[in-house]
Amino acid sequence: MNLEETAEKSISSAFEKHLAASDSTPSWWTEFKKDSFEKFSSLPMPNRKNEYWRFSNLKGIKIDDYSFGEHALIEDAYDLIERSSILCQHSGSYVFADNQTVHMQQAAAELREKGVIWCTLREAVKHHSELLRDYFMKQEADLGSEKFAALHSAFVENGVLLYVPKGVEVEDPFVVYNWATSADAAIFPHTLVITEEFSKAQIVEAQFSKNEADRAFSCGVTHLFAGCGSKIDYTLLQDYNEQTLGFQINSNIAGKDATVKTASVNVGCRQYRSETHGRIKGAGAHVDMYSLAVTDADQEIDQRTLQTHSAAHATSNLLFKNALQDSSKTIFSGLIKVDEGAQQTDAYQTNRNLLLSNKAEANSLPGLEIEANDVKCSHGATTAQIEDEEIFYMLARGIPRHKAQELIVYGFFEEIIDELSNESLAENARRIIQSKFQKNA
Amino acid sequence: MSDTATEIHVDRDKGDFKYEESHKYDAGVGLSEKTIDYICDVKGEDDWIKEFRLKALRVFEDKPMPTNWATKDLENIDFDKIRYYLAGDQRAKKNWDDVPDDVKATFERLGIPENERKFLAGVEAQFDSEAAYSNIKESVGKQGVIFMGSTEALMKHPEIFKKWFGKVIPTGDNKFSALNSAVFSGGSFIYVPKGVKVSHPLQAYFRINAENFGQFERTLIIADEGSEVTYMEGCTAPKFDTATLHSAVVELVALKGAKIEYVTVQNWANNVFNLVTKRAIAHEDAVVKWIDCNIGSRLTMKYPGVVLKGKRARGEVLSIALANDAQHQDTGAKMIHAADETTSNVISKSISVGEGRSTYRGQVHMPKRLKGCKNNTECDALLINAKSRTDTYPAITVRGDENSVQHEASVSKVSAEQIFYMQQRGLSEAEAMSLSVNGFVNDLTREFPMEYSVELKRLIELEMEGSVG
Repeated sequence: MNLEETAEKSISSAFEKHLAASDSTPSWWTEFKKDSFEKFSSLPMPNRKNEYWRFSNLKGIKIDDYSFGEHALIEDAYDLIERSSILCQHSGSYVFADNQTVHMQQAAAELREKGVIWCTLREAVKHHSELLRDYFMKQEADLGSEKFAALHSAFVENGVLLYVPKGVEVEDPFVVYNWATSADAAIFPHTLVITEEFSKAQIVEAQFSKNEADRAFSCGVTHLFAGCGSKIDYTLLQDYNEQTLGFQINSNIAGKDATVKTASVNVGCRQYRSETHGRIKGAGAHVDMYSLAVTDADQEIDQRTLQTHSAAHATSNLLFKNALQDSSKTIFSGLIKVDEGAQQTDAYQTNRNLLLSNKAEANSLPGLEIEANDVKCSHGATTAQIEDEEIFYMLARGIPRHKAQELIVYGFFEEIIDELSNESLAENARRIIQSKFQKNA
Repeated sequence: MSDTATEIHVDRDKGDFKYEESHKYDAGVGLSEKTIDYICDVKGEDDWIKEFRLKALRVFEDKPMPTNWATKDLENIDFDKIRYYLAGDQRAKKNWDDVPDDVKATFERLGIPENERKFLAGVEAQFDSEAAYSNIKESVGKQGVIFMGSTEALMKHPEIFKKWFGKVIPTGDNKFSALNSAVFSGGSFIYVPKGVKVSHPLQAYFRINAENFGQFERTLIIADEGSEVTYMEGCTAPKFDTATLHSAVVELVALKGAKIEYVTVQNWANNVFNLVTKRAIAHEDAVVKWIDCNIGSRLTMKYPGVVLKGKRARGEVLSIALANDAQHQDTGAKMIHAADETTSNVISKSISVGEGRSTYRGQVHMPKRLKGCKNNTECDALLINAKSRTDTYPAITVRGDENSVQHEASVSKVSAEQIFYMQQRGLSEAEAMSLSVNGFVNDLTREFPMEYSVELKRLIELEMEGSVG
């Protein structure tokens, strides 16, 4: 038996254990998990033959020595709850530690009366089975991580469901914290947001590690379904420790005249793979996709995006900015796909990389696939460094070199941070970026 | 306008003529070691060439098709139904008078009149596998410039040829470069000695004239220190029912301070698979410029590249692609920076008409420890009809904080306002469209040698005729 088979076997017995430990009702849920695990086992590991894994460090993706399906004892839950404080004002919150709920604040009675659902996946399986059946994992992963999406489906047991009924507008954001706490933990953050016609919701997801030393494996999925004329605003702050291996498979569907905005702030993980698929299915929809990443040491942040325009008169805009230090590496691979008939599409895609070290590596693969003729599409990618003139200007004003560089990088990211809809969220994003730089100072 | 713009009628007959074929040598259909034995025997090649070919054949057989990233249309190539070697007469003609009349007539239709020869420094035109005639103007020959068919050069100048042969593009680079290395015949070989500036462009026209017959020419140009040369190639081919394969390998070596400009106008009939590997090495202060126009063929896959090996070397690719119904122009550029202060520039413009598809694939690579490297890439695509299609797939890798890269691409259509404006002033819709399209590529065609820019303008007008109205 070779190494890979042994690995499959250990995950396989972990899955059996996971299945036995969890509730067997409803049956569709258990069946779905079994099918997903089969799919996971049958799909190959990422390899060089797959264009979606071009430039990625394939050797870094080893998942067999993490503990799957274990329920570790969460010792210092109070400390974690204390630290889960990126938003002072919110509509509801959840704190998960190694897949287990350690704290929750439910939605206000007024919202619940209007039909807003804010609950864990476990509760949703029990009480909103029909809804979940229609929406759970209904957006196919198609940017390379099909195997890991299947693994997620097999092992996922917690996460949040946010359902906002027709016409309901929720002002304050919902917030969910996913903590990796024990060594070798395998965690599966899941965020599912459904907004019905003309409703509005904001959600913030934070992914943090309890300490700097213990490595973890995080395999998260976020699916957004924006119904006709509705608005979803989603922000992810990913600040796992630099021992962690992370996958984040995100996808959203924008219906007619819907507005979807997603923003990610990625600073953590040893190796992080993020996939974002914006599916524009309704005419007149508008989708914004923002991301910023700061890397150092030998981190790798691997970003794959797809903007699929299936309907006419829709617009999408993507801006991904990366700043790289030390021997770190980033990959941006983005595609705008305009289907036949999606006329009057307006789609943009921009990737900007700032190289702050002579050993850093930035890869950029901006792509276009256009099958309609009456469109405006463009992409731009630049990779450069801080101009000597800019540093000189600051040096001449008594600002030391490393500080000058820091300030310029903060300025570089303001374009993304400005897009975060919430001021305290923006402050937290700034703080995360700054602490990353100060760590190296 | 969109209603009228869906119907496309293109006159494909302009290159659609053929003459009776009579081939003294014919290696038959299919590819095996026997085919290679045959080619070597007929050509009387040395053992090292035969070994080179046999080794390449094995590489070709082992390599998979690049269909994991490239179009599935490649699978329609049936390698067992292709003739790999044909030749009319083994020795290249040196004298215009010796050129057979029907060949002369072919060139006449292609627009190479006999008197043009006087302007051109030398002419090496390929009719099927071997050069139909080759003629170098005396003055250029006196400067020490060697311009001949690659078969002839292998015999006469192995000391120069062998040193660079297969060094820029190794046999195993890709499946089609391996195929070419196994069965190559024809193509040009140019050596420009130190400091010689060839004032007139060297030119070769290629043409396929046998059904099911692939052409595998091999071109190698070496510009020695401080020399300058421009090479032009243009192709048209007659139309046939079954697919024809064209798989060339072109290697350029620009030594210290040399300049090479390589111009291609490709107008194969649209049953031709045109799978070409083109790459240059630019040494210190050298400049290599690829000018590439793709109008014809069923599927073209061609990504001219420059390895910028010496300090301050510069690489440029200027390309225009026009994809009409049943055509896929899959073109691009590769810039591999391998020394400090090297610069590269890629400008690509594509036009998709009817159900045509054009694709840009690019690669820019800047490894670490380099400084002062710069790349600029611009890709613009124009979509004429509702079913036209375009793709852009660049890949950019930059290491280190002393280099910079910028890439931009845009896709648009001809604005209805522009067409309306011109129609108000008495132009027909087709004329207006043709004018707009020529305007779109104008800033690139200006960079081309004069005669090519005129020829290209004419070709675009021809293609756009009947694309609307």
